Amino acid sequence: MTERDKSDLPQGTLDLLILKVVALGPVHGYAIAQRLQQTSRDVVQVRQGTLYPALHRLENRGVLAAEWRESETGREAKFYKLTRKGRALLETEAASWRRLSDAVGMILKLSEGGAE
Amino acid sequence: MSWLTRLWRRDQMDNMLDKELSDHIERHTNELIARGHMPEEARRLARLELGGPEQVKEQCRDERGTRWVEDLGQDTRYAMRMLRKNPGFAAVALLTLALGSGATTVMFTLVNGVLLKPLAYPEPERLVQLHRKIEQLGEPWGFSPPDFRDYRREASSVAKLAAWSWGGGTITGMGQAEYVDGREFSSDIFSVLGVPPVRGRAFTMEEERGGGAPVAIISYRLWQRLYGGSEDAIGKQLELDGVSRTIVGVTAAHFDPDGEIDGKGDVFIPLEQDPDTHMAGRSANFMHVLGRLEPGVTPAQANAELARIAKHMAEQYPDDAGVGAVAHPLQQDIVGKTGSTLWLLLGAVTLVLLIACVNVASLLLARAVSRERELAMRVALGAGRGRLIRQCLTESGILGLAGGLLGVVIAAAGVRPFLALWPGDLPRASDVQMDWRVLVAAIGVSVFCGLMFGLAPALRAPTKELEQKLRGGMRAVGDGSRRLHNGFVIAEIGLAVVLLVSAGMLGRTVLRLSTLDPGVRVENVLTARMSVSPTVLQNGAATRAAYMNAIDRARAVPGVEAAALTDIVPLGPGQNMEPYWASAAEPTASRMPLANGTTVTPDYLKVMGIPLRRGRFFTDNDDNEHPWVVVVDEVLAEHAFGSIDAAVGKQIHLPATGNTPFEIIGVVGHVRHGGLAGDDQLRVRDQLYTPFAQLPDRLMHLFSTFLSITVKTSGPPLAMVDSLRRELRGTGNDQVLYQVRTMEELVSASLATQKFLLALFGVFAGLALLLACIGIYGVMAYLTAQRVPEIGVRIALGATARNVMWMVLRQSLTLIFVGVAVGTVAALVAGRAMVHSVAGMQRVEAVSFFVMIPVLVGAAATASWIPARRASRTDPIRALRQE
Repeated sequence: MTERDKSDLPQGTLDLLILKVVALGPVHGYAIAQRLQQTSRDVVQVRQGTLYPALHRLENRGVLAAEWRESETGREAKFYKLTRKGRALLETEAASWRRLSDAVGMILKLSEGGAE
Repeated sequence: MSWLTRLWRRDQMDNMLDKELSDHIERHTNELIARGHMPEEARRLARLELGGPEQVKEQCRDERGTRWVEDLGQDTRYAMRMLRKNPGFAAVALLTLALGSGATTVMFTLVNGVLLKPLAYPEPERLVQLHRKIEQLGEPWGFSPPDFRDYRREASSVAKLAAWSWGGGTITGMGQAEYVDGREFSSDIFSVLGVPPVRGRAFTMEEERGGGAPVAIISYRLWQRLYGGSEDAIGKQLELDGVSRTIVGVTAAHFDPDGEIDGKGDVFIPLEQDPDTHMAGRSANFMHVLGRLEPGVTPAQANAELARIAKHMAEQYPDDAGVGAVAHPLQQDIVGKTGSTLWLLLGAVTLVLLIACVNVASLLLARAVSRERELAMRVALGAGRGRLIRQCLTESGILGLAGGLLGVVIAAAGVRPFLALWPGDLPRASDVQMDWRVLVAAIGVSVFCGLMFGLAPALRAPTKELEQKLRGGMRAVGDGSRRLHNGFVIAEIGLAVVLLVSAGMLGRTVLRLSTLDPGVRVENVLTARMSVSPTVLQNGAATRAAYMNAIDRARAVPGVEAAALTDIVPLGPGQNMEPYWASAAEPTASRMPLANGTTVTPDYLKVMGIPLRRGRFFTDNDDNEHPWVVVVDEVLAEHAFGSIDAAVGKQIHLPATGNTPFEIIGVVGHVRHGGLAGDDQLRVRDQLYTPFAQLPDRLMHLFSTFLSITVKTSGPPLAMVDSLRRELRGTGNDQVLYQVRTMEELVSASLATQKFLLALFGVFAGLALLLACIGIYGVMAYLTAQRVPEIGVRIALGATARNVMWMVLRQSLTLIFVGVAVGTVAALVAGRAMVHSVAGMQRVEAVSFFVMIPVLVGAAATASWIPARRASRTDPIRALRQE
């Protein structure tokens, strides 16, 4: 796969993706990066450099909570989880994303139909 | 985690961030190793994928939202370091700012205390002072008792109305006899002001009427002094002018119905208890009236109602025709003309502060130019333009703040000494204190000034041609900053012109006024109020005899050349407006001309050295047994009869004294009673004299409260005070001299405000001149230093020292003349403002400009001559090597 085939994330979607990943259970930064990459089957490129600022922003906004606990490596790692506020945000963001992508999909179908 | 915690625990958070990121890299490395990479290679790849760890960290820190505070702290530390590195610059800038803001703060403290702070009474905005208005003569007139009673009854927009008049008397039976100042009050005065007596009670309506019980209220001060603040002072008897009065109350310490004008009263008695002592007709004008408006009523509404009542009264009483009443907010009345003096001084001192700011700004700008490389380096290292501007502003803001704080310290120490210098009594002086308003204004203005003068250097933070700047090729000063420097010089010169010309105008005014003839010979004349023995006061003839006896005794004191009595001291406080008419038919009351009436004994002319123009002055024969006579001054003579010759022998009517006409027996010179400065502006300049010996007996008690004895001495008059006091104490040892003053004092006091303003403007103008010269020197020295290589080339190409000097001087002279032009226009505007607010200043005179501007141009040219000379001695070889 070449660089060309990867798309940049639309503005604001990184937050949504992070929320979704964290919603599955407490997780540390590296795992979030990996899971994002795996689940998007390497199409979506999240530059790891942008991940941490986003995590810290979400934490400061009270959407994520973090705690340090021992990980499988035997050392302490910073684990993120959703707060109540974060769960609510995830629901509204996900719903609005779905509405948007449905609408975009419908418009694209229409124009295909028109070409036929 | 809250914003504050994030700020507070930033070190701990940095640690955790480090840990988190290294954890990430380690996990990634391990995975890459597991996939078969060599450890070294794996670590490198992991780092690469994350991006520069420092940049990631920076971005994470940005997300905390505490960045600007951390930057501020950093900038502050940096600024302090820069200031410490340059102690000379820091000291000059700080001192300039501290002096400028200290002087401004002192003036603002006065403006705040006197003009801005509300009076210390409950709901002070409802308090008004009523003025009686006479159609052709203006407003500052008092009321007559019947008019006051009518207004009090009729005016529904005024909740309460109270009157007061001057009083006072001799206290006996408490040790040494002493005269105390006092007032006569109507019963409501305490409730109008909302300040009830702290002990006892106010007067009742019954006590206010003729023949009421003899009672008195004493001031808090007198209560402390005579009775040691004892509770049983209430009910004690006080011997005042021979009448035994029961003390019924003590006023609050801050009770002060007339705003500290002419000193405070200490004894208060009911108004009008003794109707005989006052003229009770509707034309009398001795009552001052204070009122408290109904809630929600504006002075304008009250005035509309007062006008209706006045119209009604004018229809009923002929004496009230053309007479009205106007209510002014009390605060405005108490402050009076002081307001414009204070604003004038605040304006002048603000100009000095502005010059100081411009000076510091040009210093900062010069420094910024020499720091250009440093700033370019920072930009090259990734600092944003906003960040650089913020750093420059932090530096100048800190200068401003420090200057402001120092200024507040200077002002705190300086306010009281400055008040002591104030000429005469400053109204509301006790309200002048530093409060939070002053502090906020002083610090606010200083920081604002700091930011403003930091703006110029900050905005020129480099963004372009970094390379060239870094290479150090910055020899020539950019056009932008040269224009700014030029602007600074022009502004400084312009501001200095305004102050210098203003000072010049004041100086000419004071000079002109002090050469005016006051109309009296002031050398060796002593005046003092005198109260005769209280035992004679209830008997008019005895009172008169006691005063005549005092004159005889004074005359016998060695060193006294002449002695006389007068009810009004020339150029002193008070005046007695006397209506008169000399026409064929009697005019209506409101059309009647007025004169300053003075009652004197025959030697008065000799004591005061007033010239006799025509006819004769009074003799001992002009008494009650002989026809009534008056002497008029030349102003009245010309006003009423066309010439001083025509006046002698004519008849004149003084309706206040009765229907019998008086014969004019002489004409004397005019006395500038309204002061050297103020007399020309008086509405009433006519003067007339009546003989003391013809004063009706029933008025003797009233006159005893303001009679003065005046003596002409052969030596220094103040040396005579003790022997006069001894000689005049009388057989009962109860006759007192008070308010002792020489005529010299009184005449010079009439110019005190102008002299005070002149002194302050002189200091301000001197400071402005000095600062402007320092400023122009600094700028020219800096600009020529930047041109050294260019000058070197010119000299190498054959320019003479004279050419170079002229080149530099021409540059600065251009700036100076532009500054003078701008300043002249501003000075014309300022001069007009001064003519409005300084008594005796007549118009903006060109002379002040012609005298003061060359001084400034000379000084400024000298200041720029030094750098010009230095430039002309440039060694071309060395200059070129510098390049």
